[in-house]
Amino acid sequence: MAALLQHPGYEEERLQRVAEQLPCREVQAGILLSLMGQPHQYSYPSIFIYGHRASGKSHVMHVLLKELELPHATVSCVECVSVALLFEQVLLSFFGCDAASLLPRSASLSDFVRIYRQQCSQSPAKQTRYIVMEKAELLRDTDANLLPALLRLQELVEDNVTIILLSEIVWDKFRPNTGCFEPLLLHFPDYSKGELHTILSQDRHPSYSDEFYSSYINILLGVFYSVCRDLRELRHLAALNFSKFCEPLEEGKVKETDTHKLWRNIEPHLKKAMQTVYLREVSSVQWEQMQQTEEKENGALRGLSAHTHVELPYYSKFLLIAAYLASYNPARTDKRFFLKHHGKIRKTNFLKKNEKTSNHLLGPKPFPLDRLLAIFYSVVDSRVAPTASIFSQISSLVTLQLLTQVSHDDQLDAPKYKCAVSMDFICAISRTVNFEIVKYLYDFL
Amino acid sequence: NLWSLIFQGCFVFKPSAKKKKTLSLGEFLTNVFTACKVLQDELNRNILDSLLDFTRKCSSTRQHSDWASQMRASEIPTAALVLGVNVPDHDMTFQSLSDLLQQSVTPYVASVQAKECGGKGLRGSLMGTVVTVDDEEEEEAEQTSAQHHKSVHCSLSTLCDWYNTKTKKSNTGTPGKKRSSPVRDGPQQPPVVIIFKDLEAFNPRVLQDFILICSRYIERLPLMFIFGIATSPSTIQHLLPHSVSSLLCIELFQSLSCTQHLATVIDKLILTKQFPFKLNGKVMQVLISIFLYHDFSVRKFIKGIQLALLEHFHSQPLSVLCCKKKEALLNVMQLDHLDLERIRHLLSFKRYVEKQEPREQVDLLTDDTHLKEVCQKLIKDLHKYHKNYYPILRCLHTLTSSLPRYPLGKQIRELHLICLEKNVWESEDYQSAMKLLKMLAKDELIALLQRCAEILQPTLLEMNESRRAKKLSPFEVLRNEALEFIDSLVKSHLSPPESQVLNEVCYYTSSATVRRHLNATPRTSIQAALNSPFYYLQNDRLKTEDGTVSNAAPDICIVYKLHLECGRLITFTTEMLFLSLFSSARFIRAVSELEFLGFIKSTKQKTDHVARLTWGGC
Repeated sequence: MAALLQHPGYEEERLQRVAEQLPCREVQAGILLSLMGQPHQYSYPSIFIYGHRASGKSHVMHVLLKELELPHATVSCVECVSVALLFEQVLLSFFGCDAASLLPRSASLSDFVRIYRQQCSQSPAKQTRYIVMEKAELLRDTDANLLPALLRLQELVEDNVTIILLSEIVWDKFRPNTGCFEPLLLHFPDYSKGELHTILSQDRHPSYSDEFYSSYINILLGVFYSVCRDLRELRHLAALNFSKFCEPLEEGKVKETDTHKLWRNIEPHLKKAMQTVYLREVSSVQWEQMQQTEEKENGALRGLSAHTHVELPYYSKFLLIAAYLASYNPARTDKRFFLKHHGKIRKTNFLKKNEKTSNHLLGPKPFPLDRLLAIFYSVVDSRVAPTASIFSQISSLVTLQLLTQVSHDDQLDAPKYKCAVSMDFICAISRTVNFEIVKYLYDFL
Repeated sequence: NLWSLIFQGCFVFKPSAKKKKTLSLGEFLTNVFTACKVLQDELNRNILDSLLDFTRKCSSTRQHSDWASQMRASEIPTAALVLGVNVPDHDMTFQSLSDLLQQSVTPYVASVQAKECGGKGLRGSLMGTVVTVDDEEEEEAEQTSAQHHKSVHCSLSTLCDWYNTKTKKSNTGTPGKKRSSPVRDGPQQPPVVIIFKDLEAFNPRVLQDFILICSRYIERLPLMFIFGIATSPSTIQHLLPHSVSSLLCIELFQSLSCTQHLATVIDKLILTKQFPFKLNGKVMQVLISIFLYHDFSVRKFIKGIQLALLEHFHSQPLSVLCCKKKEALLNVMQLDHLDLERIRHLLSFKRYVEKQEPREQVDLLTDDTHLKEVCQKLIKDLHKYHKNYYPILRCLHTLTSSLPRYPLGKQIRELHLICLEKNVWESEDYQSAMKLLKMLAKDELIALLQRCAEILQPTLLEMNESRRAKKLSPFEVLRNEALEFIDSLVKSHLSPPESQVLNEVCYYTSSATVRRHLNATPRTSIQAALNSPFYYLQNDRLKTEDGTVSNAAPDICIVYKLHLECGRLITFTTEMLFLSLFSSARFIRAVSELEFLGFIKSTKQKTDHVARLTWGGC
């Protein structure tokens, strides 16, 4: 293991410490080390590392740069709302806050390069400087010139600097149309089941033995590995359920080595966890409380998605119903549903060739405000004055995300909307006002 | 508070001759307004308390160091606060929430609204707001951290640095010197609470990015979120993907439903003899239907009551008598001749006079001092009526609210409305309710009667005893007697207020005014203005018979009338007939004004045509 991490430029002891902190990532760390070379040597201008979530990209970079005490700046692209923020952070960590304050208010790339060169001539690099950019996929949304410039920053600023981009997306999706300097690509593969086991076993509970915790992780992976390979999630689940696993042990029913009995105890519990806490239907704190009270009342806690009931004012309900009808019925059929003497028109008369498919499969269609109001006035049973509050209810429904405005915000004349609620939701709403919505839906004729 | 401003405005314009009146009015109104405020705070008390507990608990578990809590320290504690769809009411809740948090948990509270946080992927503005809100905090406390202000951009790392210097200072410095209450008994590291007032309205991208950024700093900065949700908690899952929601530890807080809030408000403000000011049935109906049909807004309901109150005192001179019994009696003695004449013109008083002996009638109509004495008695009666009305109402409600199919309504407000309108005992529903009560099982009835007895205890103690004694005799007889007793109570005390003499003093009746103020109908007003310009302009030349237009009417009114007579498409040529009336420039201007008001619009089908946008009215 230690053999992989050998490099003439760094002390043996430090490499040893790095290796201990990077289980199952020795190969990648080794490649990176050899790419980086000795501290004073120039390194390759840009390195692109990609791999799935929680495959150790940031962790490896962090440990390497920290333990080997290399000058570096770590920037998360999510955080850098503007490029200026990015520049500021880089300058801050390389040259201190005086350099960062030299940046003008809305700094451009050339400002950055200018200040960097100026600072760098005062304090030239004795070692390679590293800029680590996490979530680099967001760089694609910024100015078109930023990414190509960063890739050859070494040339631009004439300094020993290396950019390391970390991303969940492959390089092919980054490459600009105009072409650019190609970085070195490095892939971090997903952890295998064995590797996950090794890593998870490392954060054992201090009061239990290694083997015991390791067998717990084994059981946990047996349940969850098929649905989740995210190390962070698994670690979270391991922490949440461990106390339950230990329960029979605490009560003195089982010995540490009796894995089968322990498994029988924990397995249904883990299955339940998969449906609740893993989906974040139930928060971790609530899950822990549930474990404590479970024996008494068998945890009747409802998840987040169980709360779908929404209380609405009477007319809002009808407005929503009218919106639903307008979204899912073709406008031609309004006559059939809302005129008193429509005569006998059967569904086949209305059918057009392309309308064989259900409107519910096609999703909601946009409708103009006039149509919404016309349907509203005919479904609501009493006479309603067109007051200002009817109109404001429509816009409240939009802010509540029950309706969505399709036309642009600026368009005041004849705005268009779509209904954004599900069939179940609207059925529940119509039941409360005794309106049989199914009778008015073209799809269910 | 806008209302206290308006109300101060009222003072300024009151003529000084009525100083006495304004004084008592002022005192009285302040009472009502403070009662409203207290009530609104009370409504949210429970949920706010549990939220405060939540924040305290979260900040204390952060400092725990046991294995399990360390393992999940990376989650951001989040409270999902479900408040219902009455969004205008939420502001006040959030205001008192952040006040309470600042008083007792942490000085660092920031509230953000979706509209402040840009629509188009402006992650920054959200962050900016959070940082600046905290900045203001800082400036209030003291002027420090020069290096903080130097940095051009707001970011969480600057916030983080600022927080560290802040907490270090308050920990090393003498506690209680700079910031007195929060630091003294609060935790060592007060959490930074961010309140998202309207979660649904946030751009999902902005929110996701913000949470991602925050989760990077959670180890250094004790952040905490409060999501204000108007619809249902499942919106969180619509807004946030699993990768983001897994960074949160969400706990749900559900506030009382809007209708429960309304019930409390009605219970505390309306169904009480504490405030002599009353609303009649129609006004109540208007306010309740605005609430139930339009907005669910408790705040608007209370504002409606306040509006009615001001209108009453403004328009009814006899409202001097609408105050506490003692004051009212004093005020009666100070009435001048004009006021007494007003009393003589009251409908209820006229009816009262008609029932008196002829001799007495003359006295009442001519002798001012005699009238004052009688008025004192009548005011006493009115107060007595109110004193009895509410307990009996509650009593009847307790008895009938559990009956099958709720013959007299499920909510006490429905029963109250019935009683305000007419003699409740004459209605069919009342009869059937009584029949149903006679069919109740013994233990049920006794339980109900006991609850009634509790309600009635303060007012009618002696009655209570007599009923207890009867319990020993055979059930059937007793039951009938008990119910007859209730019936007699209802008949004697639940008569509608209109039957009471001098009820005009306390009851506000103009439902149309309230409706016009609270539920505006812009379309109707515009149409009214176009149809009969006299209504707004009050110019005698505009007065016309129904359905005709005067020559003097503004051009737009004439064009409007013309367009009503046309079909969906209107050509200018037919209109040309009327050009003899006025020049074509004026005609074109009137047409474009009509278009501006949204009655017609130009159509692409034919160039010289316009399409009508309204229907009906021919």
